[in-house]
Amino acid sequence: MKHIIIIGNGIAGITTARHVRQQDDSARITVISAESEHFYSRTALMYIYMGHMTYEHTKPYEDWFWKKNRIDLVRGYVGEVDTGAKRIRLIDDTWLDYDALVIATGSVSSTVNWPGLDATGVQGLYGLPDLESMEHHTRDIDRAVVVGGGLIGIEMAEMLHSRHIAVTMLVRDTHYWSSTIPAEEGELIGRHVRQHGVDLQLQTELNEILADDNGHVRAIVTTDEREIACQFVGLGVGVTPNVSFLKTSGIELGKGVLVNEYFETNIPDVYAIGDCNEFRAPIAGTDGSPRKAIEQIWYTGRMHGETVAQTLCGNRTAYQPGVFFNSAKFFDIEYQTYGTMNARLAEGEKTYYWEHPNGQQCLRINYAAKGEGVVGIHAFGLRLRHAVCERWIREHRPLPEVLSQFQQADFNPEFSENYTDQLAGKAPPRKSWLQRLF
Amino acid sequence: MLTNTQRIGLTLFLIGFALFVGSLSLSRYQLTDAVLTSTVKKEQLAAVESATSGMQGTVYGSAFGFVSDFKSAIAKLNDGYKARNEKDKIINDDYAFPVTKAASIGFFPDNSLLFFCLSLLLCVGGALLYIIPKKRQLPGIKNNGVFHNPATNRGWIGIVIGSFLIGFYVLLYFYPEYLTNWVLMFDPLSRLLNGGPASQWFVYGTLYTLAILVMGVRMLVKYRGNPYQQIRTVSVMFFQTCFAFLIPELLSLFNQPAQDLKNMWPLDYSFYFDYRLDQKIQAGTFGLFLLVWGTALWLIGVPVMTYFFGKRWYCSWVCGCGGLAETLGDPYRQLSDKRLVAWKFERVVVHGVLVFAVVMTVAVLYTYVSGQSALFGFLDSYSLRSGYGFAIGSIFAGVVGTGFYPVMGNRVWCRFGCPLAAYLGLVQRFKSRFRITTNGGQCISCGNCSTYCEMGIDVRWYAQRGQDIVRSSCVGCGVCSAVCPRGVLNLENDDETNRMPAINPILLGNDGIRVNV
Repeated sequence: MKHIIIIGNGIAGITTARHVRQQDDSARITVISAESEHFYSRTALMYIYMGHMTYEHTKPYEDWFWKKNRIDLVRGYVGEVDTGAKRIRLIDDTWLDYDALVIATGSVSSTVNWPGLDATGVQGLYGLPDLESMEHHTRDIDRAVVVGGGLIGIEMAEMLHSRHIAVTMLVRDTHYWSSTIPAEEGELIGRHVRQHGVDLQLQTELNEILADDNGHVRAIVTTDEREIACQFVGLGVGVTPNVSFLKTSGIELGKGVLVNEYFETNIPDVYAIGDCNEFRAPIAGTDGSPRKAIEQIWYTGRMHGETVAQTLCGNRTAYQPGVFFNSAKFFDIEYQTYGTMNARLAEGEKTYYWEHPNGQQCLRINYAAKGEGVVGIHAFGLRLRHAVCERWIREHRPLPEVLSQFQQADFNPEFSENYTDQLAGKAPPRKSWLQRLF
Repeated sequence: MLTNTQRIGLTLFLIGFALFVGSLSLSRYQLTDAVLTSTVKKEQLAAVESATSGMQGTVYGSAFGFVSDFKSAIAKLNDGYKARNEKDKIINDDYAFPVTKAASIGFFPDNSLLFFCLSLLLCVGGALLYIIPKKRQLPGIKNNGVFHNPATNRGWIGIVIGSFLIGFYVLLYFYPEYLTNWVLMFDPLSRLLNGGPASQWFVYGTLYTLAILVMGVRMLVKYRGNPYQQIRTVSVMFFQTCFAFLIPELLSLFNQPAQDLKNMWPLDYSFYFDYRLDQKIQAGTFGLFLLVWGTALWLIGVPVMTYFFGKRWYCSWVCGCGGLAETLGDPYRQLSDKRLVAWKFERVVVHGVLVFAVVMTVAVLYTYVSGQSALFGFLDSYSLRSGYGFAIGSIFAGVVGTGFYPVMGNRVWCRFGCPLAAYLGLVQRFKSRFRITTNGGQCISCGNCSTYCEMGIDVRWYAQRGQDIVRSSCVGCGVCSAVCPRGVLNLENDDETNRMPAINPILLGNDGIRVNV
């Protein structure tokens, strides 16, 4: 009986386990996690803090599911991987033999070597221990600083704001999330965040963290030497693969575990998927340019898991993600992106941008200057239909055709304002009596 | 955090509420000949007068002593009849309620209108002062702190509110004689609307409508970024106020059979009871219209409307029970049980009630037509209908259905007990254009949809495998779509051929394999 050990019970590891079980009734499947007994949705951490849900609600499968599907869950921390003897050691010194090993250990929060980083009340947000710590350190405080203009930064700002804690957000660049989105969209989000009362400080960086006599953070100092008092500092400056436990294993590491398009490492029967791997040769995106070597996205983690499960079941399958997509939510503004959308327009591309007069919804379509074929679409405050956007991008549909048929991509709830007429420049409809009243 | 206006609103509401509840204890009670003459049937008057003569002259400080003395006097009288084998004289009429109401004396009955205006004004005004300032917040999903708040996480406030509601329903259905002061307060309004004095049901109907209107305003404020939620809230507010409340009252003002024109069998389980059929037949053409309308509604209206729109056209847009659940009950929607075992239980129970309702109605109609009380020689239609009325109509729909809002969620009745919901659900499951569409591969399994599904559907189970959601219990409230942080869910009516689970459980995104789970 083949024993597959999966280290990590996040979306990548659990998807692997489920898909192996669907195809192979006999394999023994063990999932090891130090973080939690059961699979929970990491993306929902913020909603636990905000009181929208409890931890129980974030578990996508009921607890009986694992036993029913004979997926053994082991709570433990892997101390050592012995690839020669094909076994792993947990830090309580139990050894487990494997026939195939899947490393799906995700990430850890990155930091920069700021002075004062070890003060209490300074942390990132990645997993359950971080959530507990944040819960503990933000109780009864009234001022916090969040560092970082990315997804985790704005999530932490929203979380703290939901507890009526005044938040200052430090963003290095001239607009929010400049690594990924153009200026108009960054400004739109900036306006929205400020409307919520967050003190968004652009072009501002952290220089130092100051602690009080008890070692607890009392303020931060910016690079332009301003001191901002606070009792909590949230760090949202990115994540890096969680692979330090593999340093002596003989498994080849870059920033993450190096893999080919089959998720195979340099060692036979050892695979790495999800946030923690790094492609030796990144896959090409739909516009032909390479995608990221390290994909730190929920959806790619899931697809890695789906794909490696095929290989583990004897059907060696290369990673072939389709049209790229991702989504996020910035306070109340939802974001969806499809295809290749660069922060700065690539050569040979043109862009179409529409913004609603309310300044809270926008749509951008990038297309090839030659032939006008669409390469990417993203939207803020609008819901788009995944299947339609994917088809347009895959088939390089010309921009005028896409615009004239945009109704097909509308996924907003019923009775929402019809904005697709406005894409051609028509004025927005007047508000209904109900909207004016409430 | 509360603003000052909200604090004032909350205080005024609590004062008004305390006044309203406290008013139940404000009367004194004195039995006089005049009281009995105005309430007791002529042929029983003399007997009741002599049986209760011991009470005459006594002024009771509370309803408890009065009701208990009165009930034991009547019981003693009946015991005497039984002992002497004078069965035809036994008093089966429930005089406790009208006698207690008529026997109220003192400051309260003389000034009940003042109490009525003051307590309701404070309650409604205070509630609105609490609700409306939230308009100043930005639109968006407002679920912050739901599971930190003892009112909405089965904490002590929830338990207190639940106990109050359960107590209220028990008194309303089984001991209305303790609620007579409320009935006195509502007399003037009742006379204005239907020309007669109030009953406990008039009080209930008015409070029910007020709850839907005030909490409806809360919904309009809470979901002001979401037109679907707003429009459907206005719809339930309209149908409750006009169809469930005003039109039936006005019909009785004009001596017509009072009927809620949007209610229908089998939710309205007494629709085919003998007394209601007789009432309609006596009312001539209009009565006949009511009979045909009420029958067409479930026979033709349900299949046709549900085919095009799903059962939401009724359950979350029109229905009174649904209206209360979607307004007063909205703060508790996250408390429904999402476990698979709850779904299994639900399917057995709700369809069981539907079968019970059908069998009961067939038996009642058989008795009506044939005059025989037993169907197939053993199904006694009278015990069937009284059993249904007690177990389903009172206990399940009222005491459990609403009383347990703060503990089991706001759709306990609709999910586990409503025979009409079961019927609508069968149509929705097997022949409808309605479904909740899952958007490609965008689900992040966060669980907001499942958490806020009032019907306890594990929406995420479907969404995370890219499958459209077709479930008989879904009432189409649209909150799963509203709370989804990634725009994954949408309520849609489309060609029915492409909605069934077997056809398209596809997660988009991975070209390497066809994920068909």
